[in-house]
This record gives sequence, C-alpha cells and structure tokens, in this order.
Amino acid sequence: MVKTEIKLKGLTLKNPVMTASGTFGYGEEYADFVDLSELGGIIVKGTTLHHREGNPYPRMAETPMGMLNCVGLQNKGVDYFIETIYPRIRHFETNVIVNVSGSNIDDYVTAAAKMDALDDIPAIELNVSCPNVKQGGMAFGVTCSGIEQVVKAVRDVYHKHLIVKLSPNVTNIAEIALAAEAAGADSVSLINTLLGMAIDAETRKPVLSMVTGGLSGACVKPVALRMVWQVAKAVKIPVIGLGGISSATDAIEFLLAGASAIQIGTANFIDPAISGKVAKGIVEYCERHGVKDVNELVGGMIL
Amino acid sequence: MLRIMCCYAEYVASQNVWPAANRRSPHIPRSGTFHEVNHILRSSKFHEVNHILRSSKFIMKIIDFIVVEKQSFQRAALLKLKSSTPLPEIRGGQFVNVRVDGCDKAYLRRPISIHDVDYQNNTIDLLIQEKHEGTKTLCALPVGARVNIVLPLGNGFTMPEKDDNVLLIGGGIGIAPLLYFAKTIHSNISCRDAIHRISFLLGGRTGSDLMLLDRFRAVGDVFITTNDGSMGEKGFVTDHSLWNTMEINKIYACGPMPMMKAVAKVAREKGIWCEVSLENQMACGIGACLCCVESTKEGNLCVCKEGPVFNVERLLW
Repeated sequence: MVKTEIKLKGLTLKNPVMTASGTFGYGEEYADFVDLSELGGIIVKGTTLHHREGNPYPRMAETPMGMLNCVGLQNKGVDYFIETIYPRIRHFETNVIVNVSGSNIDDYVTAAAKMDALDDIPAIELNVSCPNVKQGGMAFGVTCSGIEQVVKAVRDVYHKHLIVKLSPNVTNIAEIALAAEAAGADSVSLINTLLGMAIDAETRKPVLSMVTGGLSGACVKPVALRMVWQVAKAVKIPVIGLGGISSATDAIEFLLAGASAIQIGTANFIDPAISGKVAKGIVEYCERHGVKDVNELVGGMIL
Repeated sequence: MLRIMCCYAEYVASQNVWPAANRRSPHIPRSGTFHEVNHILRSSKFHEVNHILRSSKFIMKIIDFIVVEKQSFQRAALLKLKSSTPLPEIRGGQFVNVRVDGCDKAYLRRPISIHDVDYQNNTIDLLIQEKHEGTKTLCALPVGARVNIVLPLGNGFTMPEKDDNVLLIGGGIGIAPLLYFAKTIHSNISCRDAIHRISFLLGGRTGSDLMLLDRFRAVGDVFITTNDGSMGEKGFVTDHSLWNTMEINKIYACGPMPMMKAVAKVAREKGIWCEVSLENQMACGIGACLCCVESTKEGNLCVCKEGPVFNVERLLW
C-alpha cells in the first residue's frame, strides 16, 4: 500500500492531486467523469466579492499544445457562492478550496473573511495573478510589496490554510514567493497563466477580445516546472505545482522538482477524467519504483 | 405533458441510469435526479417536469467509438461511429466533443452536432465540415479508426407541442442537428397521436453544399434555397416563398450567424416562436471554462452548457 496522504499546514490531502481553479467549475460539472472523493482537493472557480460578468467574447484562442483565455473572472460574487453553490458542494468527499480574487485590498479581505466562516471550506487560494482583469489581482502579484500588502491583510482575517497563487509574469518568482511566505502564506501555488496573445493574420485583428490572455496547457509545462523548482528551493512553506500537467508522469516531475502537491488545469478540458487517472497513476509509479510514501518524491530530483 | 413524464420516469427506471451513477458518488447532488422526477410526478408539479427535462444534466460519458461507415463530400464527411457500450440518452440539438488524435494543431476537442442516433446499434452519425486542421483530420478518419468522444453535451431543442407546424432551418453544415431532432419529434410519445407537419428549409451557397437530402426527405418536407440558384429557390433561406404561404408555429434554426440573425428577425416580425443553435468557440464543452459565452438578457451564458440552443427572446440580437 502506497501512502499518498499529503499534509500541508492545517490541510490534509488524501493524495497530491487537486484540480486548478477555472478549469473544473465547481466540481459538479465533472461529477460524471471523476469520483471527486478520489482527489486530494478541488479548487473551485475564482470568486470575487462582487458579481463580475467577465470579458466579452471571444475569450479563447487555441495555440500549439495549449490555449489562451481572457475569461476575466466571471462569477456571481461571494454572497451568491455562499448562498447557492456552497450548500451543493460542501459535502463533497474532498477538500473544497475556493480561489478568491479581487481588485483592491478591501475586496480581498471582505471576501476572505466570509470564506473563513464556512466550515467546509478548509482553505482558500488567493489569486494575485489573474492576467485578465484590469487593475486586477496581477497588479498585486508582480511586486514583492504588492503581494506582502494583500497577503498580510488577508492573513489578519483568514485563519485557515492560505494558499497564494503566483504569477509567472515576473522577473524573479522566488522573490515573490518569499514575500508571500513572509507575509503569512501557508503555501504557494504556481504557475498561473503566462501572458500571451494571438493575431488572426487574415483579418489582422487580435483573436481575443482583450487582445492579450493567459496561456495554459501542455505547452507551459517546462516553464512551470522550472519555476516550481526555483520556488521550492527558496521557500520553507509547501509548494503546489501546476502548469500543463496532463499525465501522472507530468505530476511526478512536479513532485520531484519540489512540489508537495499538484493541480491539473487545462488537461481537464481534453480528458474530463484525467484528474482521477493521474491520482491512480501516481500510485502505480510509486509501486513500480518501490516508493512507499508519495512524500518521498517531493524534491527528489537527482542532480 | 403527463405522457412525457411517464415516458421519462419509465426510461430512467428501465435504464437504471441515475441510481447506478449515484452508487459511484453517493454525495454528489445531481440536478434532475430520478428521485426529484419521482417526487415531482407524485407532487403533481407537472409543469416543472418539462423544465427538468430541459435543464437536467443527463449522464455524460467518455466513449471510444469506432468509425464503421464513412461517406465523403466536398469539404465534409459523414461518419457513422459505433460504441461498444450502450449510448446515453441523447436529445435532438445536443452535441459531442471529439478528441482529435494525430493533429498537432488541434489541442482541444472539437464540438460537433449529433446528426443521427441509432440506439439499437449503438451508433451515432456525425456530419463534419472541414474548416481548419482539426476538422480536416476528423474528416480524413478511415473506417476502423478509433475516436474518443464526450457526450451528450448541451441542452438540445425544445420539443414542439401537439399540432405545431414546425420549420427546421439549416444553413450549410448547420443542417446537421436538424435531422435527429426531427426524428425525435416523430418518436416523442407526447406527439404520437398528433399530426406534426415537419418542414425543412435548407440553404447553401450552392447545390453541392446541401448533403444527404434523402435523409431529410424521409422525415419531412424539404425546401431549398441556394445563393447561386443552382438548387431550389435562389437567395437566402429568409427569401423563400414558403414564408408567404406556410403557417408556422415553431422555428428551429442552425447555421451561420448572419443566417440565424436573419431568421430571428423574420420570426420576431411574424411573432413566431424561434430557437437557434449557436456554435461559439469552446474549450471544455461542459460549462467549466466559461470561454464560449453568449451575451444574453440574463448575462453571459455558456453556449456549451446553457445552450447551444437558445430561444431568440433570450438573446440580445
């Protein structure tokens, strides 16, 4: 029997596999494909204090082995989440984690405080890295002072496990991660999407309504893996790795690079059952390699 | 309406679809479960059942199909795909999401309308137009190829009522979902005694755009327009002479956006109930990514999940 349990500060995952915010809805969308109880956790859609309509269509452009999106945090706001969605998903037999976003410190703090009161939400993931919102989260996530400010403020009102999701669109992501750690983050997750764009040469117009968007999918994996490795070396808190993970082997690579847990994002679109398969595949890998505890893999890259 | 419900409850009971799924994930609440339908049947809230039929998420499956028959057209192909497991229930106007293997340029699945379904033989027919690399790869699939498909997706068209005269309007490859929907109208238990008049109004740029007309003629009357006049009446579907003569109660349209907008305009002017099937660009196909939204009077809605079929009164056109 391979031990798969991962303990992050105050948050126990039955295995290292979670699903990334914005790619897994509220979990319900995938219930026909994945037994949610076989996952370490699900990170539900980005939630903001107030209702957001998001950006205009078109919001998506396919790229080689990936996609760009500029959805822009469409959601009905934290109160709607608490009243309507939370009762439906709170009893899922997995960690239900909410991704919280905002456009100013007060919004983050108010939304986080509301999440703190929900018994069945054991953690939030602070989104300081959404590239698709004007004056949005990414403004906080790209400077050390910005991230310190927002994480400190949220830390004061949020008493459970606080994940901070980092932007890759920075010069030195390890510095940003250290700033988040110093400000009180319990863990960091990375990477959010890479800022990119697409142009239709025939029409000479941008493909996305916002011109730029966030790149995700298999194509970003090498960048994500490198950043996870850099951050894991720099910080003492656990690192949650994501970016292009599409198979159990990909997930193992992130663990070896130093991630204590991983998230599956865009791959959910290509195979809606992938998260469950990755969880099983990690166990198979461990059996094949005589690994008794998944934790042994964390940071286990042989240099 | 009662008969629809009975049929529905019987179907669920006979297939044991939901209870089986619930055994797997007992704590996952589902919209429109067997018990909910049963409860509504007992509580006589008959009017709610149609809502559940329309809004409930039927069980979606990921199935490896095999191409068992293929018919090629100019820039299109008809694939008959066989499943080794029983098909889930599929409504007319729903779609599938097809994984494109062996094409570097198709990372995401391709949403394709369901053209026909044969539950006896566990086959579905997909009529696919070559647009870009992904659909070209699908059209080039040989008999015997394996195709990974997520289905059924989306809401589907609303069943007409007894005695409705139904006009199904298709433009180009938009004719695809109309055939199966028309067949489901014929087989719908609530309509068994009713004499439905089903008419197709199919439009293309030229005659060769219009495929499989015999299939449509077997289900209803077929009227045709082509832009160049090479088949049927010359012009757009909205120019056809039937608009002056035919009594129409319900319009269902699928095709290029300008065609659907023109149809919606005519429907509004004439006060005819009208549904259209949109095909905004999608990533997930199941309402998770929020990429394919259409601006509606209710805000941004996912075409993949809350659509692809919308009553034109909900849209901002």
